[in-house]
Amino acid sequence: MTKDTRDELPLYEVFIRSKNGLDHKHVGSLHASDSEMALTNARDVYTRRSEGVSIWVVKSTDIVASSPEDRGSFYEPSDDKLYRHPTFYDLPDEVGHM
Amino acid sequence: MDARTDDLDRLEAEFQAKVDAEQRIEPKDWMPDRYRQTLIRQMSQHAHSEVVGMLPEGNWLTRAPSLKRKAILMAKIQDEGGHGLYLYSATETLGISRDEMFDQLHTGKAKYSTIFNYPTLTWADVGAIGWLVDGAAITNQIALCRCSYGPYARAMIRICKEESFHQRQGYEIMMTMAQGTKEQKEMAQDALNRWWWPTLMMFGPNDSNSANSAQSMKWKIKRQSNDELRQKFIDATVPQAEYLGLKIPDDELKWNEERGAYDFGEIDWDEFKAVVSGNGLCNRERLKARIDAHDGGKWVRDAALAYAAKKAARKAEAA
Ligand SMILES: [Fe+2]
Ligand SMILES: [Fe+2]
Repeated sequence: MTKDTRDELPLYEVFIRSKNGLDHKHVGSLHASDSEMALTNARDVYTRRSEGVSIWVVKSTDIVASSPEDRGSFYEPSDDKLYRHPTFYDLPDEVGHM
Repeated sequence: MDARTDDLDRLEAEFQAKVDAEQRIEPKDWMPDRYRQTLIRQMSQHAHSEVVGMLPEGNWLTRAPSLKRKAILMAKIQDEGGHGLYLYSATETLGISRDEMFDQLHTGKAKYSTIFNYPTLTWADVGAIGWLVDGAAITNQIALCRCSYGPYARAMIRICKEESFHQRQGYEIMMTMAQGTKEQKEMAQDALNRWWWPTLMMFGPNDSNSANSAQSMKWKIKRQSNDELRQKFIDATVPQAEYLGLKIPDDELKWNEERGAYDFGEIDWDEFKAVVSGNGLCNRERLKARIDAHDGGKWVRDAALAYAAKKAARKAEAA
């Protein structure tokens, strides 16, 4: 379905920190010829109303992602370790909040 | 039934169960091919509408009546360009390239909203567009914020946040003109007369004539039907027109106590079909402007790529 995309400007993913104290969050993507253009375009498109104090851009092809089919087996090691959760432990009410 | 069809049935059932449970579908999840194709068509048309939608308003950028109005209109148009980008990038997650979408627009294979094939004759049209056209778009887009496809829903939420200013600035223009001189008020009324019916067409055919609607509702791509959304828009807009002291050009428009909604006249569906199939007042002009802009910008994209390649080569050499 995808036709030859060699002439297309590369795709970048954009992450924005909306204010200090918060994590960067993925907001979308854009095409740019290099990382510098990606940053200025991200500023123009994704922060027109001061939505950010810091921007990360990263080439989409540089992102390594887990695949949804793994959902079962990939996360399995944590499934049977209920003792990692505070609710695993029965404490009497007299102890109070812990 | 062979093993493959069996497998496909199971995947489809799992997919539908996920949708029914209000879980969002993300780009790498399995999805039925028709779901993917429906989304590509709808989302790319939506993106094209944002981009082509800049053209009728751009017509007034150099002639806005004051510096303030010019700055506002520029900001609104810039937002629409951004909306196009959010939507193109969300559509790309479905596996279609940006170039291919542009191709489909430029060859006429993909459509955009019929509303942008009407001309903007006076400054009041810019007010009417913000008030009515953006108002109708908001009604549609709020419903899409809960779309089952994650990237589309997220783009819609971002867009809806920005749209509210578009409608308010349009209504403010209408208010200023409706309270102005006799000529200004006539201009506002004339704009309402011309934009009212085409705006109602933005919600698409009646439910009884909308073949793909039921499937889209089942997949939770759509949450409300065309007719429901159209009614919602009319009920919200009539009092706004009354406040302006302007008359909506529909003699059958009347409050229906029983339904708790406005009754309204029949839309001219022949006109709608003519505009969809390319015979609106501005179809050719819009498409030509769009293609010229894209072709005219080619040397800039080429130069940017060449510059990036040169810089990368120099860096490699120095290392
Ligand atoms: Fe928009
Ligand atoms: Fe808008």
